[in-house]
Amino acid sequence: MLRIFSKAGALWAALGLMLLSGGGAFAQSPAPTPGGEALGAPQPWGLGLQEAFGPVKAAIHDFNDLVLYIIIAITIFVAGLLAYVMWRYAAVRSPNPSRTSHNTVLEIAWTVVPVLILLVIAIPSFRLIYYEDRARDADMTVNVQGRQWYWHYEYPDNGSFAFDSYPVPEGELRPGQLRNLSVDNPLVIPVGATVRVLTTGHDVIHSFFVPSLGVQKYTIPGRTLETWFRADREGTFYGQCNQICGNNHWFMPIAVRAVPRAEFDTWAAEAKTKFAQGTGPGWPERDRATSVAAADTPSVEARR
Amino acid sequence: MAHAAPDTAHHGHDDHHDHAPGFVSRWLFSTNHKDIGTLYILFSVVAACVGVTLSVLMRIELQEPGMQIFSGGQAWNAMVSAHGLVMVFFVVMPALIGGFGNWFVPIMIGAPDMAFPRLNNISFWLIVPAFMLLVSSMFVGQGAGAGWTIYPPLSDSTYQSGPSMDMALFALHLAGASSILGAANFITTIFNMRAPGMTLHKMPLFVWAMLVTAFLLLLSVPVLGGAITMLITDRNFGTSFFKPEGGGDPVLFQHLFWFFGHPEVYIMILPAFGIVSHILSTFSRKPIFGYLGMAYAMVAIGVVGFVVWAHHMFTSGISVDTRAYFMAATMIIAVPTGIKIFSWIATMWGGSLDFRTPMLYAIGFVFLFTVGGVTGVKLANAGVTVILHNTYYVIAHFHYVLSLGAVFGIYAGFYYWIGKMSGYQYPEFWGKVQFWTTFVGVNITFFPMHFLGAQGMPRRYPDYPDAFAGWNLVASIGSYISALSFLLFIWVVVLTFLRKEKAAANPWGEGATTLEWQVSSPPPFHTFEELPHIR
Repeated sequence: MLRIFSKAGALWAALGLMLLSGGGAFAQSPAPTPGGEALGAPQPWGLGLQEAFGPVKAAIHDFNDLVLYIIIAITIFVAGLLAYVMWRYAAVRSPNPSRTSHNTVLEIAWTVVPVLILLVIAIPSFRLIYYEDRARDADMTVNVQGRQWYWHYEYPDNGSFAFDSYPVPEGELRPGQLRNLSVDNPLVIPVGATVRVLTTGHDVIHSFFVPSLGVQKYTIPGRTLETWFRADREGTFYGQCNQICGNNHWFMPIAVRAVPRAEFDTWAAEAKTKFAQGTGPGWPERDRATSVAAADTPSVEARR
Repeated sequence: MAHAAPDTAHHGHDDHHDHAPGFVSRWLFSTNHKDIGTLYILFSVVAACVGVTLSVLMRIELQEPGMQIFSGGQAWNAMVSAHGLVMVFFVVMPALIGGFGNWFVPIMIGAPDMAFPRLNNISFWLIVPAFMLLVSSMFVGQGAGAGWTIYPPLSDSTYQSGPSMDMALFALHLAGASSILGAANFITTIFNMRAPGMTLHKMPLFVWAMLVTAFLLLLSVPVLGGAITMLITDRNFGTSFFKPEGGGDPVLFQHLFWFFGHPEVYIMILPAFGIVSHILSTFSRKPIFGYLGMAYAMVAIGVVGFVVWAHHMFTSGISVDTRAYFMAATMIIAVPTGIKIFSWIATMWGGSLDFRTPMLYAIGFVFLFTVGGVTGVKLANAGVTVILHNTYYVIAHFHYVLSLGAVFGIYAGFYYWIGKMSGYQYPEFWGKVQFWTTFVGVNITFFPMHFLGAQGMPRRYPDYPDAFAGWNLVASIGSYISALSFLLFIWVVVLTFLRKEKAAANPWGEGATTLEWQVSSPPPFHTFEELPHIR
């Protein structure tokens, strides 16, 4: 019951916020994480896009803000016109209707002005899609394959090792891990490296989707698709499979872990041997020091 | 007209004007466009009960994080797929096209009936088994859980084994055949059976809307038919149209599906455009502003709507130049849509507005369609759709144009025409109550989905990360209000037939100028014994 009441309180607060923000998609700043690491994950009651932690997502934010302001202005304009018309021309105030049914100037105006607005949107939009399309000078390549229902990552530039990334079941979550988002083996990348992503399919179509890095691509059987991203800060960036893929579509999250170059190299060297033996190193050294130590605490109750 | 048909009950066996056949031949072998229209509307209400129930089950599941009422992902997937297919093919299309289209296109153009009455009958009786096949597919085996977009390989026999998916595909085939026959019928009727003087440029906008819709159906549904036929043979006869291991291509299916699927969304909204135009004009007591612009805006939307389909596939690996083209083409649709929105406002401008229930729904339509339209402009941009594709932002967008657009159009049309169709006027007070609960409910349901989508919540998830809990709870509460408003709608219908308040031939006054208001309420079994002459 208590939970319901606290939810109701948050609900009203959020509804107020919604009105103030005009329903906008303003960027949310997540709560700071210990150690100043970035956390790319959805926020409770979040209204806008997840915070940007890479150049692709930053570019999306710039463009999104432009379009958002334009569409909010259009919506307010139309709502204002409707409200005025409903007030001014209500039968009580306007008993005798006019018979006007044409106004050439007006009709040309509301055809031409939207075209101009669309041009304002289209020019940066074209720039954005060509920027997002593929990495000019990639530092490394990662092959991503969606499988029912886990991810398979391969590092062709770092010794060609590959491993699977499974979600952490609810009963095995450690404190600090996020339900339905945390995985056993994250996709580890160096901070600041331009990562080329090649997606391939295995069984059905899945979609590799990490909102805070601004990347999404289907993984389609019989095709190899390319995209790219870069993480500008150390941290963990979560995503989820975003194309219906069967029973556990909702339970194949993605975690991208950005670490300093040296740490990445250590991890990659270790990963190459360990994954060959079938025992993955899991998270990079530092995480295990902090989080495995606390693994004995019963986590699910604590989290709830 | 003043003493028109004192005893014309809806099942009217002794009409003053003419003789209607007995029950079986009237309703089962019907060739009368009004009776078939009534059947379509009744069918749509029954299907809506199923569709709304499914959506409430979904919102109960999503009300809190964790699995609540569904046994697992496959059951969930089957349910969301059925919700989508039921709403698109068995609620919105039968109500707007089969229902209002059949009822009012012939009357509005002064035709005695549809061109092919028996074809009209078979169109209706194809959609009934289609619906039964689709609903039973939920209860056979594991259900057809590939989404309403049924992308292979997920819809292949490897991943959706058993007869359930085949039943859903046959349901689509039957519904598609029904639509194609209906479309041919409408086109023939509108081109050949207009009363003397009813030129194309004098045709009411609802008829224009139905004409464009019929062309969209005729040209797009066969492509869906081809795609699902190939899917059926892939599933059952060892072909590999969409199987990469046999040289096929899953992305080909997406192209074919969306070549149908995108015109389909205009098929659902154009008739609502027509209805809203009539209502705004009637209750503003003013002629439509910019009639020709309105008509040709719909034609433009129909034409451009055929060349934008791959904007549903921005993350499917189509090349960047292809994305650029589809992005530009998609944004162009905003121009004719803007013409319609502003012309509707201009129709009201200077009028004398009477806020009856249909008018409330029509004004609500204009505003909510604008909201759904502007988010569509945003989604047209492939650059930002990279992070919004398949998220709840898309869910919010298309429910604003369909659940709040097309459905508002259906409600508006119902309140506008129920007096004409049944002879009984709806209760105004309850109609308004029903409007406000619907308006509040659907907005609480779908507006928060913009936030969920912006935060990255993927669609077709029965369970989600805990951070999404807040807005999901709000959306669920909204959906319960919307479901209540649907029950309230049933109550309004019941009340209408219990109160038996006689509707005048034209209850709306001088603003209602189209031909259906010149005949009695309800119209005689054979509407026009003599063809009307249009000045």
